[in-house]
Amino acid sequence: MSKTVPVHLRVNGVEHQLDAEPRLLLVHALRDHLGLTGTHVGCDTSNCGACTVHFNGQPVKSCTVLAVQADGVEVTTIEGMAKDGELHPLQEAFWNDHGLQCGYCTPGMIMAAAGLLERNPNPSEHEVRHALEGNLCRCTGYHNIVKAVLDAAKTKGATVSAQREVSA
Amino acid sequence: MTTGGAAEQFIRVAAETTEAAPSPSIHVGQAMRRKEDPRLITGKGSYVEDINLTGQLWAAWVRSPEAHARIVSIDASAARARKGVHAVYTHEDLDIEASLPMIWVPPEIEVKTPHHPVLAKDEVNHVGDPVALVIGDDRYAVIDAVEDIVVEYDPLEVVVDPEKALEEGSPLVHEQLGTNKVCEWSLGGGDLEAGFAEADVVIERRIVNHRMAGAAIEPRGVLAEFRADRLTVWSSTQVPHFLRLFLSILLGVTEDKVRVIAPEVGGGFGSKLQVYAEEIGCAWASMKLGRPIKWIETRTEGFMVTHHGRDQIDTIRVGAKRDGTLTAWHAKIIADLGAYQMLLTPAIPPSSAFVMCGVYKTPAVQTDIVMVMTNKFGTDAIRGAGRPEATHMIEVTMDQVAHELGMDPLELRRKNFIPPFSNGHETPIGVTYDSGNYGGALDKLLEHIDPADVRREAEALRKRGVYRGIGFSTYTEICGNAPSRVIGPKGFGLQGGGWESATVRVHASGAVTLYTGTSPHGQGHETGFAQIVADRLGIDPAQVDVIHGDTATGPFGLDTYGSRSLSVGGEAAARAATKVAGKARQIVAHQLEAAPEDIELHEGRFSVRGSPDKGMTLPEVAGAAYVPDNLPEGMEPGLDEQSFYDPENFVFPFGAHACVVDVDAETGKVSVVRWVAVDDCGPAINPMLIDGQVHGGITHGIGQALYERIHYDESGQLVTGTFVDYALATAAELPSYETDRTETPSPVNSLRVKGVGEAGTIAASPAVVNAVIDALRPLGVDYINMPLTPMRVWEAIHEANGGVRA
Repeated sequence: MSKTVPVHLRVNGVEHQLDAEPRLLLVHALRDHLGLTGTHVGCDTSNCGACTVHFNGQPVKSCTVLAVQADGVEVTTIEGMAKDGELHPLQEAFWNDHGLQCGYCTPGMIMAAAGLLERNPNPSEHEVRHALEGNLCRCTGYHNIVKAVLDAAKTKGATVSAQREVSA
Repeated sequence: MTTGGAAEQFIRVAAETTEAAPSPSIHVGQAMRRKEDPRLITGKGSYVEDINLTGQLWAAWVRSPEAHARIVSIDASAARARKGVHAVYTHEDLDIEASLPMIWVPPEIEVKTPHHPVLAKDEVNHVGDPVALVIGDDRYAVIDAVEDIVVEYDPLEVVVDPEKALEEGSPLVHEQLGTNKVCEWSLGGGDLEAGFAEADVVIERRIVNHRMAGAAIEPRGVLAEFRADRLTVWSSTQVPHFLRLFLSILLGVTEDKVRVIAPEVGGGFGSKLQVYAEEIGCAWASMKLGRPIKWIETRTEGFMVTHHGRDQIDTIRVGAKRDGTLTAWHAKIIADLGAYQMLLTPAIPPSSAFVMCGVYKTPAVQTDIVMVMTNKFGTDAIRGAGRPEATHMIEVTMDQVAHELGMDPLELRRKNFIPPFSNGHETPIGVTYDSGNYGGALDKLLEHIDPADVRREAEALRKRGVYRGIGFSTYTEICGNAPSRVIGPKGFGLQGGGWESATVRVHASGAVTLYTGTSPHGQGHETGFAQIVADRLGIDPAQVDVIHGDTATGPFGLDTYGSRSLSVGGEAAARAATKVAGKARQIVAHQLEAAPEDIELHEGRFSVRGSPDKGMTLPEVAGAAYVPDNLPEGMEPGLDEQSFYDPENFVFPFGAHACVVDVDAETGKVSVVRWVAVDDCGPAINPMLIDGQVHGGITHGIGQALYERIHYDESGQLVTGTFVDYALATAAELPSYETDRTETPSPVNSLRVKGVGEAGTIAASPAVVNAVIDALRPLGVDYINMPLTPMRVWEAIHEANGGVRA
């Protein structure tokens, strides 16, 4: 084993300090060191997107980021998406629309889709399909994943307008 | 005419009616959202890689970079000297004498089967063949150590082309077998010669059905622990029960001391229907070292050493009269099995033969198969397993016949459809279909899409250099594996049965656990099976916990593959639940002083017919069963029943699919712009789950038709070993699908259901190819082989124009 370096990670709002090999991938830091096994690994070439997490709010493939690069960064994983026992609208929509089968690509899909809805709260089907092209699914043919993301966008829009009404 | 001993043994089975269990359908038929999902959408599923044990070590494999070579020497001294490395094992360290399993022993046919070791002995036969096993402290350390191991190879001649492998003088994959030919196997019926003699036209096509991968997004993985004389293995497998049996046989630990757990499994598609070297090797190492051993496949390993599927060269001849009446089909299949025969490898090509009649009433049908070894990894079951190849041959050729006769392709199909039947149709090859209404499915399809509209659109688009085409596929398939007497040792020759088990356990509080012998990996059994049991016990599906994939819990089972889970395992669950309900009725009748036949399920209670206020809930019945102070005379306490169900026949789902493509004639790029599917798998248990299976199935078939190919170069190097080179379709390439159903009950089981896991894949690839040919006919293209990559399509257009650009 080569020399380790201290890394400070902030994941889902919780601070972690670890000693890591400089070559340690962020995905392995999350899974093997922090026990956050919801982020999955499906390939060696950054094609499948199963490992997608948020890096200062942007979706990234955590198999292509070194843990040391995440030092001081705000990382969000699938485990951080539900808040106060409430599912994120995307989680709810994936459940309602049968947007998953084996569930292995699902955390990455949800994180990638969440990134899209942050950038574009009201995407077209075409935009959803292109935003998810870095995430592979073998089970669903993407049909219900796309449907779920479109439905979540509607729900999220509704939530936002309701909040606006309340604050007004 | 039937040739071949195994074919003779393929028994004609009449579809027998099974009495339906009377219970009101409250939850069955509902698009209930899945019980599995809350853990999966929150990152709380436990796949193999998510499980860690105290003292666990990691494994990695040294793999051959050569397709065929003698191993001259292995120097592992540097690796062994590394800090963090606990052991390096080569073949001579292993004391496993038995071969990795292959379970097809057809009567009267010799299947040439090479010994398949866990670690290569003296010789490697494909790229990726494991040569050494490294055990170390962590996943990075073992990969470092693998790099330090020096293996010297003496290359041998390589053969990768199955036709060349059959030629005299070809290099031999296994010298000691003296041939690359594994066996010949045939199935047929009717007078083939007469069929072709009365044909006005005979069409022959050579169809290459190329090799593809399962490509489940979760790579394989194993965690093995030998502790206190007991072996526990967690594996990303479709077949925990098979694996337990073969761990026991290969490692000499009796089955009662072996437990296999398939935890959350991230997709299989047939690729995890296998007993792999890595599973046996890791378990062996855990016994040797007394430490838990973990191995997680890399994706590159996945493409190299997780079994492939398809890989047939098919020569198909069909005869037809001028009016379109089909007179004969003759399929000659060369099946490339790769270097080793794995669990079911040589049993897969015959599955093509079982459906070579398709949905048509052709009087003579014959399939002749030659199986051959090459220096590639083994093929085995991949989604559809033999049936996609057959449907592809039949449905692509149907369009070729229609064109030759100047007939509409759908008119040709309608002319030859087997008329609707509800209780058995015997085909000339001895396979008896259970029920079907092929014209009905096509009628329904045409309610959704009018080919004339597509042709009008095509006219308009052509002016812009876009060629639009429409293609159809009308299919049936054989699934619901399987009646034991048909597939077993005296029949087809598999050394096993096809039944399934279920236990329904009502706990003292009234909570219910269903143990199923099936082992799902994404299909949604926890939901669908709970719906079935709930209806039979008058409870909510939320109250039924479905346990699967753990050999230490329920009875022996036969796992999940071949679209068998619902029609065999679901039926077993229904039967076990019906037994529980039967006992409950007796208990209620005794306690309420009524006759058992007067007890009915009414609004969640077992109540007396005509007096709905007199009754007992399931928890009340459970209380009476486990505090047995007032049971009927002679009745045993408890409320826990088991069923082992062996089906009388297979089931035969069917349907009609339409595909619309746009082809860019400049670049050869094909885009699927519309897909309409009508599938019939009998009455729906959960229509949402059916749609999901169909969507994924279609995509697998589109993938093979357009994008995916496992490709080896002439030296046997795998050139599609990552997702960069092996193209899975993404969301951006595909349209949303339009799906509908017809519901023709199966007479085989009391649920009346058929399988649906593979149907979409079986239907899809010919619809794509037919659509592309339809699009390109104006450019003179009348036939093209998969995969329809831009280059291949562009070349076809180019060649059809005599080398002139379109």
